[in-house]
Amino acid sequence: MIAVSFIGIPFIFGLVLFLIRNASLARALAFLATLLTFWLAIGSLTLYKGSAQLQWDASWLPAFGSRFTLSLDGMGSLMILLTALSFPLIFIATWNTPYTRANNFYALMLWSQAGLMGVFAATDALLFYFFWELALIPAYFLCSIWGGERRIAVTFKFFIYTFVGSLLMLIGLVYLYLQTPDLSFSLRSFYKLNLQPDQQNWLFWLFFVAFAVKMPLFPFHSWQPDTYQQAPTATTMVLSGVMVKMGLFGMLRWLAPVLPYGFWSWGDSAAFLAMFGMIYASLLAIMQDDLKKLVAYSSIAHIGLMSLAVFSTTDAGLQGAMLQMFNHGINVIGLWMVVELIERHTGTTRISALGGLAQKAPALSILLVVVALANVALPLTNAFIGEFLMFTGVFLSNVSRFNYIYTAVAGFSIILSAVYTLNMIQKVFWGSTSSLASGMGEIRAHEKLALAVIVILILVWGVYPQPVLDLTSGTVQSLLARMITRHP
Amino acid sequence: MSTVFQWVWLIPLLPFAGFLINGLFRRQLGKTFTALLGCGVILGALVISVVLFNEVRSGHSQTIPLFDFIRVGKLSIPFSFLVDPLSSLFLLIITGIGFLIHVYSTAYMKEESPEHYARYFAYLNLFVFFMLLLVLGSNYLVMFIGWEGVGLCSFLLIGYWFRNNEYTHAARKAFVMNRIGDLGFLLALFWMINEFGSLSFNEVFAKAGTSTTAILTGMTLLLFVGATGKSAQIPLYTWLPDAMAGPTPVSALIHAATMVTAGIYMIARSHVLFSLAPVTMDVVAITGLATALLAASIALYQNDIKKVLAYSTVSQLGFMFLALGVGAYTSGVFHVMTHAFFKALLFLGAGSVIHAMGGEQDITKMGGLRRKIPVTFFTFLIGVLAISGFPFTSGFVSKDEILLAAYYHNKMYFWLAVLGALLTAIYMFRLLLLTFAGSFRGTADQQHHLHESPPAMTIPLVLLALLSVAGGWVQLPHVFGGHDYFNQFLSASVPAQEHSDPGLATLEYILLGVTAAALLLIYILSSRSLTRGNPQGEYSGVKKFLANKWYVDELYERIITKPLHWLNRNVLDFIEKEIIDWMVDGVGKLVQLGGRQVRLLQTGQVGSYVLLMVISAVVFFVIQFLIKK
Repeated sequence: MIAVSFIGIPFIFGLVLFLIRNASLARALAFLATLLTFWLAIGSLTLYKGSAQLQWDASWLPAFGSRFTLSLDGMGSLMILLTALSFPLIFIATWNTPYTRANNFYALMLWSQAGLMGVFAATDALLFYFFWELALIPAYFLCSIWGGERRIAVTFKFFIYTFVGSLLMLIGLVYLYLQTPDLSFSLRSFYKLNLQPDQQNWLFWLFFVAFAVKMPLFPFHSWQPDTYQQAPTATTMVLSGVMVKMGLFGMLRWLAPVLPYGFWSWGDSAAFLAMFGMIYASLLAIMQDDLKKLVAYSSIAHIGLMSLAVFSTTDAGLQGAMLQMFNHGINVIGLWMVVELIERHTGTTRISALGGLAQKAPALSILLVVVALANVALPLTNAFIGEFLMFTGVFLSNVSRFNYIYTAVAGFSIILSAVYTLNMIQKVFWGSTSSLASGMGEIRAHEKLALAVIVILILVWGVYPQPVLDLTSGTVQSLLARMITRHP
Repeated sequence: MSTVFQWVWLIPLLPFAGFLINGLFRRQLGKTFTALLGCGVILGALVISVVLFNEVRSGHSQTIPLFDFIRVGKLSIPFSFLVDPLSSLFLLIITGIGFLIHVYSTAYMKEESPEHYARYFAYLNLFVFFMLLLVLGSNYLVMFIGWEGVGLCSFLLIGYWFRNNEYTHAARKAFVMNRIGDLGFLLALFWMINEFGSLSFNEVFAKAGTSTTAILTGMTLLLFVGATGKSAQIPLYTWLPDAMAGPTPVSALIHAATMVTAGIYMIARSHVLFSLAPVTMDVVAITGLATALLAASIALYQNDIKKVLAYSTVSQLGFMFLALGVGAYTSGVFHVMTHAFFKALLFLGAGSVIHAMGGEQDITKMGGLRRKIPVTFFTFLIGVLAISGFPFTSGFVSKDEILLAAYYHNKMYFWLAVLGALLTAIYMFRLLLLTFAGSFRGTADQQHHLHESPPAMTIPLVLLALLSVAGGWVQLPHVFGGHDYFNQFLSASVPAQEHSDPGLATLEYILLGVTAAALLLIYILSSRSLTRGNPQGEYSGVKKFLANKWYVDELYERIITKPLHWLNRNVLDFIEKEIIDWMVDGVGKLVQLGGRQVRLLQTGQVGSYVLLMVISAVVFFVIQFLIKK
């Protein structure tokens, strides 16, 4: 029952919100819904870890052999937690942002959350696909209705990318479905598939491209910087904090264990792509003059490392990647909050037009520094644990003969991340106050609260990450066991 | 076994508490409280360190596990501390010198507003916290936490006056160059996990013998790359002179006495690995020697009092690496200690001079200060004598050990090191004479303002001066009636080198005589040329080349920064804007050709999106079923 309510609460609240015309009531209700989900997530995941309370099975589309099955393992729980935590934070941080027809905005946000919850909980392929689209479709509307000036063109690009990706995934899923002896979409049936190497080889690319678009990985990323820049910040936070994790999650849940042979044989190429993309995006991040684009490219680089670690197929790499999926979500939302606050106060996100904000908003700048340090993965921040484990995994990996080179080259991103992140601190927060920056004021209490929560999480999980690692170790062990038995 | 080991976590935690309180309540607390708290926590850490040091001296060493930090699969990295002779010695240096510098700072920074004053002490406490983690860690990961953490504090403190763009640029440069080194360090750690399955010192060193020389060479070279970043050696030294943008006590603590010696600590700690990799040892020795000479040559023609000291630090660190590279680990560590005394003294003395001069740092605009600020002058003089190796000062004893070790390893190293020592004496006397001798060359306003610093600044100077003289006597050569107290103490952590050469005594006397004579000669020669008339501010020929620091910064700009920018602006931008977008547009057009959905999409109707998805799904199902039948 609990597993369904993660999806049900936001969905039903969303439905109700479409009918409520009062903006502040809609906002309050939406916030209440996310709080409820969050409370439920914290409570149930600690109380019922691994128990039947977190499973759900019901008849759905019997004609297609698809059932409404949900199951939360360690990785799923962690991602549910991320989804449940990030939405209330996002609503607090953007509390004062005015929207036209605000009720529709909040309703779509909640539907998107429902879709995300479903993606992380579904163990039926068709259900997974359904939720995948449920998460994405509201995002198109959020961007195209409440976005910036170039929203239509940008949303179109975003749509094309994800549409093609979804289509490829659907083709793959249906193909797999047709191969199952009992004509079923359930993950368990997919596990039992006995596919030939050549089948796995082309199927791998269908799924890989679908997930790579979502993450995004080079060269499927060009929707992302524009979309992040044009989407309303609250939506950008959802996209970059939670939704991009759908791609990584999909690889771990639906690609690696179902197509182990394809994963082993193409892992090297995919890892190369990820490594190349990391450096490519890091270099581009350095030359951006727009804060939003800087965060966007930085995010591409970080996601690149996570997929590199996923393809390492080692316990350190996979656990690091899962931990980092959560950490990156929290940290990048923190960065977007800062960007949003700067834009709202000064009316610009151009780095060259800003400067000296530390004098105007000392509390904001201190909070930002901690988030920025997490962005460069400094030790004792959460991201360090993730990155350390991921790099270790890549180094120990035997998927590629070039694993040492991959580690070293990808390692350059830690230098480059210091360059662009500190450059941002220096140009935006330090120095003398520019004319635009003089419009900056100190942030309000609720904004401080949202950022402080993030900062506390960054530090606590940076010092004591073991509980999270324990949470995901079961998932990783069974995933690796499944893959090793299918090793060619 | 004493219970004091159970309290070792308090040593880093006290400064951390100081950081939190001063940082969070910086607006509420007054300056007095801030100063008391900032200094008090370091004093507390010092007291515990002294107690621990005594325990260790009576032969106790212990690993203290705190909690599970990372446990994944077979890899287990606990958060634990190791208290042994090497770490307890560094604890004393860090908390001891750290405490004096905190006290000094209370007066030096008193012009700051209460809020920034508290921010300063918070950063300084945080630095001590990380530095203590660095030396206390019982595995490489905890060491690395401290290693990057001190880099962060260095960044924050160099950029302390954050309104000045030049300073903040220096801060960023320091952090980025350190990060280059850190990548090497990290890669070495991954390699260790791969090779030994562990990062703990005990396990790694125990298994080192089972590994091949090639692997150990690679691993130690990567560790050394880390050391060149943190300890400012070729090719990553250029951040340190720029780091002088920070407040002077920061330069004394971080960029002279403690943080920059982390590389030496790390190599001494890893001596088991390094000793098994002779190629790395040669690389360490040659890099150290080359850096010592390069930096000394640059220091000859610098006119900023802090820049001279900065290059001198780079040069002295080079001597320490030379010692490590020739296998004299304890001599390297010994020089860390004596250098901490006299270089902290010199920097704090420079701070006192700058304080008296109202912020002026150009030594060509000073002169004749000895009568105006006598305590500063006298202690500075002692510092100069110590660093120049004047007989029986601490600097003499430690440098003498390094020279001897070089002599027995390779005569060429020895002669080059002697040259480096001579250069050191020359630029330090130049600095001393230009600052304190002759007549005053500044403005009348400055002259009127000249005054001796308050006791909070002069007392640390006097204490450090005493240490600079007597601090080396724990390891006085046998010839002069010394005992190897220092080496014996360290022997449980780091083995000492023994020279059983009958000519040793003669060599010691020759070194002693030569040093004394050379110093006298340098003093006579330079006092003539430097105290008369106005010194030049502009140079030409070789002097200009040296004054411009061999144009290394310009070289890096040309071979790294510019090509990267070019790549960004031309290649990557082209790929991003032209090639990738062109591909996407192509796909977009295909979709457009395939139907009218696009127009529907842009009208933003919910139905059309869902419809599109459903239709595509259904169509696909139908096709699949047809194919199957």
